[in-house]
Amino acid sequence: MENLGQIAMQNINMAAIMPSVVLSCFGMLLLLVSVFSKRGRTTHVAWMSIVALVVTAAVTVSSWNNPQEGFAGSVVLDNFAIFFSMIFIIAALLTILISDGYLRREGYPVGEYYPLILFCTAGAMWMASGTDLMTIFLGLEVLSVSLYVLAGFFRGDVRSNEAGLKYFFLGAFSTGFLLYGVALLYGVTGSTKIAAIAQHVSEMPAVIDNPMMIAGSVLLLIGFLFKVGAVPFHMWTPDVYQGAPTPVTAFMSAGPKAAALAALLRVAIIGLGSIQADISALFWLLAVLTMIAGNFIALSQTNIKRMLAYSSIAHAGYALVGIVAWNQIGLSAILFYMLVYTFMNIGAFAVLVLAGKKGEENLTLEGFAGFGYKRPFLGVAMCIFLFALMGLPPTAGFAGKFFVFAGAVKAGYIWLAVIGVLNSAVSLYYYLRVIVYMYFRDPKEDFAWVKLEIPAVVSILLAIVGVLALGIVPGPVMELAKLAGF
Amino acid sequence: MADYLLSLITFFPLMGMMILLFIPRDNEGLLKSFALGVTLVTFLISLPLAFDDVFAVSGGMQYREFHEWISIGSFFKMNYNIGIDGISLWLVMLTTFIMPIATLSTWKAVDKNVKGFMALLLLLETAMLGAFVSLDLFLFYIFWELMLIPMYFMIGIWGGKNRIYAAVKFFIFTAVGSLLMLVAIIYIYYYAASTGAPMEGFGVQEFYRLGIPSAAQHWLFLAFAFSFAIKVPMFPLHTWLPDAHTEAPTAGSVILAAILLKMGTYGYVRFAIPLFPEALQTYLPLLAFLSVFGIIYGSLVAMMQDDVKKLVAYSSVAHLGFVMLGIFALNMQGMAGGIIQMINHGVSTGALFLIVGFIYERRHTRQISEFGGLAHKMPIFATIFLIITFSSIGLPGTNGFVGEFLALVGAFESELRWYAVVATTGVIFAAVYMLWMFQRVMFGKVTNPENEKLKDLSVREIVIMLPLLLFVFWIGIYPNTFLSKMNPAIEQLLNQVKSKQVAVVEPVQPVIAQTLELK
Repeated sequence: MENLGQIAMQNINMAAIMPSVVLSCFGMLLLLVSVFSKRGRTTHVAWMSIVALVVTAAVTVSSWNNPQEGFAGSVVLDNFAIFFSMIFIIAALLTILISDGYLRREGYPVGEYYPLILFCTAGAMWMASGTDLMTIFLGLEVLSVSLYVLAGFFRGDVRSNEAGLKYFFLGAFSTGFLLYGVALLYGVTGSTKIAAIAQHVSEMPAVIDNPMMIAGSVLLLIGFLFKVGAVPFHMWTPDVYQGAPTPVTAFMSAGPKAAALAALLRVAIIGLGSIQADISALFWLLAVLTMIAGNFIALSQTNIKRMLAYSSIAHAGYALVGIVAWNQIGLSAILFYMLVYTFMNIGAFAVLVLAGKKGEENLTLEGFAGFGYKRPFLGVAMCIFLFALMGLPPTAGFAGKFFVFAGAVKAGYIWLAVIGVLNSAVSLYYYLRVIVYMYFRDPKEDFAWVKLEIPAVVSILLAIVGVLALGIVPGPVMELAKLAGF
Repeated sequence: MADYLLSLITFFPLMGMMILLFIPRDNEGLLKSFALGVTLVTFLISLPLAFDDVFAVSGGMQYREFHEWISIGSFFKMNYNIGIDGISLWLVMLTTFIMPIATLSTWKAVDKNVKGFMALLLLLETAMLGAFVSLDLFLFYIFWELMLIPMYFMIGIWGGKNRIYAAVKFFIFTAVGSLLMLVAIIYIYYYAASTGAPMEGFGVQEFYRLGIPSAAQHWLFLAFAFSFAIKVPMFPLHTWLPDAHTEAPTAGSVILAAILLKMGTYGYVRFAIPLFPEALQTYLPLLAFLSVFGIIYGSLVAMMQDDVKKLVAYSSVAHLGFVMLGIFALNMQGMAGGIIQMINHGVSTGALFLIVGFIYERRHTRQISEFGGLAHKMPIFATIFLIITFSSIGLPGTNGFVGEFLALVGAFESELRWYAVVATTGVIFAAVYMLWMFQRVMFGKVTNPENEKLKDLSVREIVIMLPLLLFVFWIGIYPNTFLSKMNPAIEQLLNQVKSKQVAVVEPVQPVIAQTLELK
């Protein structure tokens, strides 16, 4: 017993989990702070959570190129995990900046909101750095439970309640799938460690045909694809995205989606690498279905928030193209794309946050008629984000799509790239339609008018800088993404 | 200075735009003058290019600038790689020449959100110049797509009644084509990288020498040709053009006709033809057929229009057909005719859209039936209009004649002889629709009392038209100024193409390709 304890202590290596530990501690501290704060005053909690994120970012980055393995190989803080962690931190930062004013306006100035975002981010970081399926599962649970609460955060609002409940039920099911898959894989291979599973498969190739192995892998993938929002596991996204408070939707569409992709990448590429051909074929189909369904359903939406929800499905499809390619460019491109997507999508949601007034959010296309003239700054910002989402140069959206499709072409999936760009062409229509309403229609008389709050403006400006800088000089960050690949 | 001249010309309008953003939006006069000033200075600093005799002796790229731009380890290299030869020279000059004219035409026509319009105008100029000077396919693509955004807003915000439909159609048509081209560009890059051939990022000159296998060439050529054919536009992909032209504000129509459409034809000359010479052989009959069909179809439809602007728009389809036919002749006369005709179309159709703008500003209608007898009321206008009409028809002595004549002679001497014969009837149709329109608008008695109080052209309007008239006659009477500087470049281009095409039949002589490459 004593012996066992010694081994465990040696293998712990706290440095491997330091970022999420720091973030979780801050989260608990902030819970206390918000308990002792005056009711309705939360701005200081928001600022402290920003400090928490900045500190965590510094801790995370300090391990770059210096991978830390801990807990007997069940977590690793490698470049891959660090890159993704930075994406989550940026997503959380941009979200918190737009949240404070919004929450007060909507009448929910509750301090717990910020710790929940921090816990969610910490969970995402666990998922990205987990090398054991159980670690990944723990991260997923921390992330999901926080999100269920956040989605239903407006407890007086029916839609928000619906979103929270729906997300909870479906999320619980998908986690069940995932866990069942882990159990089956454990039964076949005798381990929950990704590397051990991979080794087992490569030593005994016959195991691939074992029905338990197949069922286990499929169930595992379903669990991740649910969180990614890939077709056919996307049904929850529109309702949850539409019902959840807008900043939460912004965060959900970027952070947790990237986290699920990170875990998916590690499991697929390292764990199931020996059946690469099958995985590529499967993801080929998934990517195509996801792009097509997301884009074509988005075409008929008249609510901008819901439209962005469907478009986020489509963007998940573009990211999956990188997995199909299964080469270094494709993989780095996914990392790059998720970073870019974080900037452009949260930016677009940030504009939506400032476009409405209390109780009646301005989210329909009609409500955006003449928006560009009434709110020049927000109009221009929205245009930049929409052009980025369309994938037009010189925005980062173009660079991201370019890299993803380049990966596919290089791997010989030319038709997949063609389907991808044609899907982009479809997406032009619904993104352009927002611009049509903003600039080509006359303004409505009664116009919701919210003051431009400085933090939200900062968030939008940061997103604009991100979208343009990564578009004009994508080189350095893409270089980092390359170093972050396996 | 000369080392960075092209960059300076390309980005000067963009710098102007940045400064313009700080001018208060109420000061409309200053905004317009400033934009005019920027476009004029751009024109002035581009003038040394036109007077440089190097183009008369060398067909290679001049004013080269080369900097590494994006370099991602083993993945990619994209370079800031620009330069011009005798072909792009004239398109750059056309752009810098038309832009001040287009800006001046907005003086009275644009009255809402002037700041936005001027900013977009300057952004558009940088994008267009960038596309003409890019020698790196990736860089070209960026500028090519960047052109869409300002034009989309120009049509959508300042356009006519159906502007939203026209703007979205314009955007989606053009973007769909270019997205397919993007996949082809990526493919070429990886193909080049896999052969181990010397390459400089997406540098197009290195790709010329690649010798892509013919099976791949077919797909790649189709992707490029489709994208450029939308832009030209070639029948049956032209349907966005009449809408966009009719709805765009005058300055937008002028730029669209004079410069943006040239992107498509230029794309063929610079990219589609020299990159895929073998595939071109296969598709030549089809493309030539579509060009000729465009000439006849455009002319017939133009004849039936009762809106002057629509008529001019359809005449563009016909004129661009001549350009394409000349280019596809793949000989000196044809190519020179095609390129001269690009400039001509820029000058005369640009002028026609300005003329339509003049009468529209006065009467707020463009229906031919609303007019009649204007020659009595507006003699200066009538004179200028007539000259431009002749130029558009291609009367000897005007620029249109030189271009169409060379293009047709070139086609006649090539394997496209019978296409040329049919295309020639297009010249007659052009005379019919233009003169008939002119007669109905300008001659006869003033039947509509509204036309009684029309004023003749103002000094500003005459100033706008004079430079265009100058070039109508200059190119018409002494085209050698222009031809002599584009000939070496055309010769080099054709040798490039022919050597690759010959190489298919007689694989013994691929040496020619290298000896002709002047670096």
